[in-house]
Amino acid sequence: MKILFKIILYQIHDISRSRWILFYTVFYLILTYGLIQFSNDQSKIILSLLNVALMIIPLVSIIFGTVYLYNNKDYIILILSQPIKRNILYLGLYLGLVIPLVLSFFIGTLIPLVFLSRDILFQIPLLFLFITGLFQTSIFVSVSFLIATWNDNKILGLGLSIFAWLLFSVLYDGLLLLMINVFQNYPLEKALIGFSILNPVDLARILVTLKLDVAALMGYTGAVFQKFFNTNLGTGISIFSLTAWTIIPLIIGKAKFSRKDF
Amino acid sequence: MIKIENLRKRFGWLDALINVSMEIESGSITYLVGPNASGKTTLIKSILGLVKPTNGAIFLDGERLNGNFTYREKIGYMPQIASFPENLTVEEIVNMIKNLRENTKTYDYELIDKFNLQKEFKKRLKNLSGGTRQKVNACIAFLFNPQLLILDEPTAGLDPVSSSLLKDKIIKEHNNGKTIIFTSHILSELEELAEQVVFLLEGQIRFNGTINKLINSTEKQNLERAIASIMTGN
Repeated sequence: MKILFKIILYQIHDISRSRWILFYTVFYLILTYGLIQFSNDQSKIILSLLNVALMIIPLVSIIFGTVYLYNNKDYIILILSQPIKRNILYLGLYLGLVIPLVLSFFIGTLIPLVFLSRDILFQIPLLFLFITGLFQTSIFVSVSFLIATWNDNKILGLGLSIFAWLLFSVLYDGLLLLMINVFQNYPLEKALIGFSILNPVDLARILVTLKLDVAALMGYTGAVFQKFFNTNLGTGISIFSLTAWTIIPLIIGKAKFSRKDF
Repeated sequence: MIKIENLRKRFGWLDALINVSMEIESGSITYLVGPNASGKTTLIKSILGLVKPTNGAIFLDGERLNGNFTYREKIGYMPQIASFPENLTVEEIVNMIKNLRENTKTYDYELIDKFNLQKEFKKRLKNLSGGTRQKVNACIAFLFNPQLLILDEPTAGLDPVSSSLLKDKIIKEHNNGKTIIFTSHILSELEELAEQVVFLLEGQIRFNGTINKLINSTEKQNLERAIASIMTGN
């Protein structure tokens, strides 16, 4: 445990000096500041933040995670030639990347809100926006680590990462709509709930929109989810599924990492 | 100290090591030679647990290596390519490894002094030249007074002065009773250090014995020619 903690600390130390993490924080600062200037409607601000966060967080997390693991291969070899367990190193690298990414999202969004729109801080949807940010980062870093551990080809790994992001963020809802269109004579609602659990981005969207009462505006899957579950059950199911989405790739990746040749 | 039994490693369709069996005695100095892609680094990495053997077993001080990790406290490893987290300084990386190897209490700063590395301590690693990184790499391998030193192409990338400083250090540690394994593909370069020679070719051991035995058996003047005559088969 002590070793794990040390590895995490050194990772945070290293990443916090990287220019990219600074850009990432500044991006949220500007975005939130801009949104507050444009609108007085608090739920609109949260909704816009959510929409941007649902595109940007997965993209940045998955790319950053893949590149990070590939670029630090020799460093990983250096650490693994010390008396350190592979599982511990994998977890250390993972948490050492997730924590700074999440913190930079939190700090970037919170600072303008604290100064300019203080009463929004006590809104429950904002809490859920942060939970969403936490989950999106954990899930997509976890997936990126799995991709980068699975194959050693950097180009292929990056390609897979971008494809995974595109699939979950853009293509998935499109494919669902296509399916609904093709099978419109059949009752599809239950199947759709199943399909939206299979997509972490949809799940996160549902989590916040259930709190905002605008589910119908947020894609078909959101609307179905709200229709079938009352808010509490829906929230419970989506949090459970998001947790599974974080842990399952992490466990598979860790197992791959333990058996990998360096 | 090390016993390797029928070690075999396949990467996909490629056999990197085929039935390698050898023993390395405590206090010996072994020169692992072979052309590029002959399996030197794979053999070294198998001892470190970085590469998982397909078949066979490795024993270190009688303990079978099987995913355990505490035995690496006895090893100092200097990899071929040195790469560190870019944004950390030299001092931080040294302290970090020290911190991770907290069971070692006595440190060996001799090489850091000789390389005069203190003046680089505040620099970030991404701003260092390849040679300086290699020096950091060497210092970390020697820092913990390990019983076993594994040096993969230790002098590659070092200038002649640093290279001879490193060679002196290797000889000194050998005289202190440390077990040393090192590799190189430039045969003549490290000939002066070698006692035992293990010659690898295409994943198999072609020769294992003292340097004198090798030279006598092939009737050549030096190591380079002796190895060349084994490779060409005359």
